[in-house]
Amino acid sequence: MASNSAAPRISRRVGWGRRLSRWDIKISPYLYISPFFILFAIFGAFPLLFNVVVALHNWHRRAGMGDFVGLDNFTWVLRQPLFWRSLENTFSIFLWGGIPQLVLALLIAAVLDQNLRARTFWRMSVLVPFVVMPVATAMIFGQVFGQFGLLVPNLQDMGLLTHVSSPFFQERLLSHIAIGSMVVFRWTGYNALILLAAMQAVPRELYEASTIDGASRARQFFSVTIPSIRPTMIFVILTMTIGGLQIFDEARMFDGGGTGGGNGGADNQWTTMVLYLYNLAFGDWQDRLGQAAAVGWIFALIIAVFSLVNFLLTRSISSSKTKTTRASKTQRNAVIGRARSAAAESERKAREAGVATILGRPTTSAAGRAADADESKEGVHR
Amino acid sequence: MSTGFIENTAGRGAAVYAQKRAARGRPVRGHNPSSRRPGGVAYAVLTGVFVVSVFPLYASAMYGSSTTQENAQAVGTLPTWFPTLTLLDNFGEVLSASQFNFWMAFANSVLVAVSVSASTVFFSTLAGFSFAKLSFRGRQALYLTVIATLAIPAQIGTIPMFVMMNNFGWIDSLLALTIPVLVGAFGVFWMTQYLQSALPFELVEAARVDGASMFRTFWSIAMPAARPAAATLALFTFVGSWNSFFWPSVVMRSQLTMPLVIPQLRGAFTTDTGLVMSGVFLVAAPLLIVFIFAGKQLVSGVMAGAVKG
Repeated sequence: MASNSAAPRISRRVGWGRRLSRWDIKISPYLYISPFFILFAIFGAFPLLFNVVVALHNWHRRAGMGDFVGLDNFTWVLRQPLFWRSLENTFSIFLWGGIPQLVLALLIAAVLDQNLRARTFWRMSVLVPFVVMPVATAMIFGQVFGQFGLLVPNLQDMGLLTHVSSPFFQERLLSHIAIGSMVVFRWTGYNALILLAAMQAVPRELYEASTIDGASRARQFFSVTIPSIRPTMIFVILTMTIGGLQIFDEARMFDGGGTGGGNGGADNQWTTMVLYLYNLAFGDWQDRLGQAAAVGWIFALIIAVFSLVNFLLTRSISSSKTKTTRASKTQRNAVIGRARSAAAESERKAREAGVATILGRPTTSAAGRAADADESKEGVHR
Repeated sequence: MSTGFIENTAGRGAAVYAQKRAARGRPVRGHNPSSRRPGGVAYAVLTGVFVVSVFPLYASAMYGSSTTQENAQAVGTLPTWFPTLTLLDNFGEVLSASQFNFWMAFANSVLVAVSVSASTVFFSTLAGFSFAKLSFRGRQALYLTVIATLAIPAQIGTIPMFVMMNNFGWIDSLLALTIPVLVGAFGVFWMTQYLQSALPFELVEAARVDGASMFRTFWSIAMPAARPAAATLALFTFVGSWNSFFWPSVVMRSQLTMPLVIPQLRGAFTTDTGLVMSGVFLVAAPLLIVFIFAGKQLVSGVMAGAVKG
């Protein structure tokens, strides 16, 4: 650019060093981002396309590509009862792991969002499960939920369970709850910290204003905190969805894996989608890479659709309240301003009525607050 | 300001605090929710969370501290509440097991996790520097592409990736665990976001004016500025790589990484809970040590990611 404007005046000959530096400016930006794109092309984009090829053929681990079979792999997969069972299992485990996780994370974040002593310690302690290897968690939880573990014998003593062996490895629902609890264990603290960060970004004036309006702490939580952190909640729910549907580690190691296990139970009570895919391709007596690739495609579609529905749902729920968040600054100022003038007004009235001399100042301002509470409440919660 | 009002607005703890201050003749400060001192309930909840957080690892150490008989007798309870010397015996047996080579798996895991973290940080910072501070044609579109790839679930490409690894001859090789994840979309996104705000354009321009090459500018100006975010990224990549189980169990056979030791434990020690659980503890413990030193940074990393993400 510089040399262009200089060209008419100075000779066009550009030194080798300068030419090099111009190349440096032009090429370097692309050079620096190229490692990601090259790697993504080979190990991200290409496999996605190649997956189509595999899904349309018979394919085996050692023999490689076999006959072209068209969409047979897809119809085969869709006719498998186990496919549908694993789909049900995946969603059931997702819900058992997701909903308690979200509620607990919100609760813990609200508790952490206070002026705690030893704040760093508490924040670190909620993040410990995040660094515990999921397969290790699965083994330990498997032990705890086992026949002689911490739970089952005590529940039997209380007469809540009558099974001979541990029902957590028999009953479908109970196994989902057990695996869901591992998901809750691992991710609750992590999400609590994300929500905590969002909560700390909520303008403190909103709390002050709602306090003046006489909102209880619970009311503040539901009417100020939750609407203000909605974007982050959508983010948390979305990542939770994409991650939660791909659950594998916990399901595989729940019953110890390794020795003949790891298939998701004797009746596939807790076989998840990814575990199904894994067993189809790499399981002991199976070698169906083509069918597994078809599962991969169907599963990708399900995740995409489900994420989209989830996103639209969360957004539509939030959109009625998003306005509050967006207009918060002006609205906040308006509310505070109105509250102040109303307080001054009522204080003046009260003083005129002679109440101030009888009850003293604090009560007067409290009365003023109560008087304008109805008026300004409208503004905050609209 | 009455303490009753403070209790209503700033919480019970603040009221007690205000009362104490008043008793000592100090001025009582106005209320502010952000300086709310919570009461005992908050600490009770957090203590509960803490106990649950550390319980699984604690339990595995307790099971591991017990012999076969002790574990068999412990029905509906932990075999012991305090670690014993049996734990060390069990560790010894796990470390010298003939069915798998624990130290080899440990070395493999360290090698993979360290090289993946180092390369992720380097290439992410490089790309982040380019996206955040250099101007070039198509920058916006390319950056959006990076973000879009974040949404692709990784496990969809499992089968074709396995076929590719097979063709490359990388089955049972650490290359299969390293090369495909040398740099990821998240890292690029993370470093771009950080450098956009942390690195002033003036610094980059000053370096250019002083005659520094692009790479020199990156190395001497952008790299140091990116250090806090780079450390966090390295930490997260390390944890992710160390704990990853699905992909290694697809491509590895005899070569093990730490998570792959866990399925071997049942095979080696069958129903000996003490040995299996001491093995589980050994596999999970290294990251706990990392966490003790770097946990604070992990916490701030999670919280920073939330604001930007």
